[in-house]
Amino acid sequence: MPPEKQVISVTDITRQIKMSLEQRFPRVWIQGEISNFKQHTSGHLYFTLKDEGAQISATMWRSRASGLLFTPEDGMKVIARGGITVYPPRGSYQIDVEQLTPVGIGELQIAFERLKQKLAAEGLFDEARKRPLPSFPERVGIITSETGAALQDIRTVLSRRFPCVEIILRPVRVQGAGASDEIAQALKEMNQYGNVDVIIVGRGGGSLEDLWAFNEEVVARAIAASGIPVVSAVGHEIDFTIADFVADLRAPTPSAAAELIVPDRLELLEVIRNNEYTMRQTLAQMMTTYRERIRSIVSSYAFNRPRDLIREFVQRIDELQRAIGTHFAHRYETTTTDVESLARRLVAVSPGNILKRGYAIVRKGEAIVTHAKELRPKDEPVIEFQDGKVATKVQ
Amino acid sequence: MMGTKKPQKGSFENSLKRLEEIVESLEQGKVSLDEAVGLYEEGIQLSKECAEKLKATELKIRKLAKSAGGDFEVTDLDQE
Repeated sequence: MPPEKQVISVTDITRQIKMSLEQRFPRVWIQGEISNFKQHTSGHLYFTLKDEGAQISATMWRSRASGLLFTPEDGMKVIARGGITVYPPRGSYQIDVEQLTPVGIGELQIAFERLKQKLAAEGLFDEARKRPLPSFPERVGIITSETGAALQDIRTVLSRRFPCVEIILRPVRVQGAGASDEIAQALKEMNQYGNVDVIIVGRGGGSLEDLWAFNEEVVARAIAASGIPVVSAVGHEIDFTIADFVADLRAPTPSAAAELIVPDRLELLEVIRNNEYTMRQTLAQMMTTYRERIRSIVSSYAFNRPRDLIREFVQRIDELQRAIGTHFAHRYETTTTDVESLARRLVAVSPGNILKRGYAIVRKGEAIVTHAKELRPKDEPVIEFQDGKVATKVQ
Repeated sequence: MMGTKKPQKGSFENSLKRLEEIVESLEQGKVSLDEAVGLYEEGIQLSKECAEKLKATELKIRKLAKSAGGDFEVTDLDQE
């Protein structure tokens, strides 16, 4: 090494590191636990090997991965054989895995299973314990990192779906030593505060150890002890955390949690509009029905009885009047005929008419002589003809 | 310091529930016309109130902290 400072470029130093590492570790066997396992669409595998003290990135190319007799997954303890390589663009080193051999379930996984069984045996996961979520929370408690993606995701969804809620954030660290205690404490305090309708506890996605706080007993017990319904929202879609099992509702991501706890504002407005429509329709229908009823009552027999009676009377009177009219007319006619006949008869029997027929009236003084024996000789009766009187003398 | 004012808990939910009750009784048609008109007026009022509440477009975010004395403080979170 030259004694004075020698300035070299990043590329130069990286090349030297690369040469040094790759020559030093052309083939190694490393035992560790798989985490952050990802299978790229290209077929290459990317993951991390780790133990309690350190971690190393690993890649396994498709050509070699296709020969695997098992499906690697997070938490699996494995022995990887390969060479150390350096990737200059990122300044990172990794193991280029040629061969992968499983060595049983990872330690964390074992711990996870043990806790899961223990809490399940206590009944902490029972469906019966799960509290229903409020239909329309007005205040939502959120326990997560103040700077994490989870809070942003929840805010985004709530702003879109149901912005009329209020978020009460209780910031906590969500990973690293002490995170689980902070989360448990926050759950306790949120309950003491009490002024929220539902609590979301969670964080964005991460590796198994990033999410580990949500697999710890203290968090599980704090969730179980909460009097307010708790939604777990640990961004780890596939695997469940212990928190997920205890929570009243498990959401696969923080965004999903926000979706699940509030209704959609537009849908709700639609419901309200529909209700309004139904009310208007029903009332209008009712009005129509009543109007129909009134119409039917007005035209009903009973309602119209008095009017009908009056009409009947009117008709009857008319009839009577007609009848009376006919009767009188008839009687008048009959009477008239009678009188005329009588008059005719009277005329027929009047003395004048009799005289015309050749009869004569014989009077002695004023008296009418009806028998011959009433006359004596020397009487001077007067004979009345139709055209005058003649004085006579009986011999 | 912001007070921990007591909100009307579940008032939206209650309003909506009442609204649905009203719609149901109107639909069942077992109420008199007078009652129906009363229910209708109440229902329209409720639906207006509910819709009004949903009009809020800005999400409120506040931060909960427990002071040394054990009291809770709720402060507005700095908006980005």
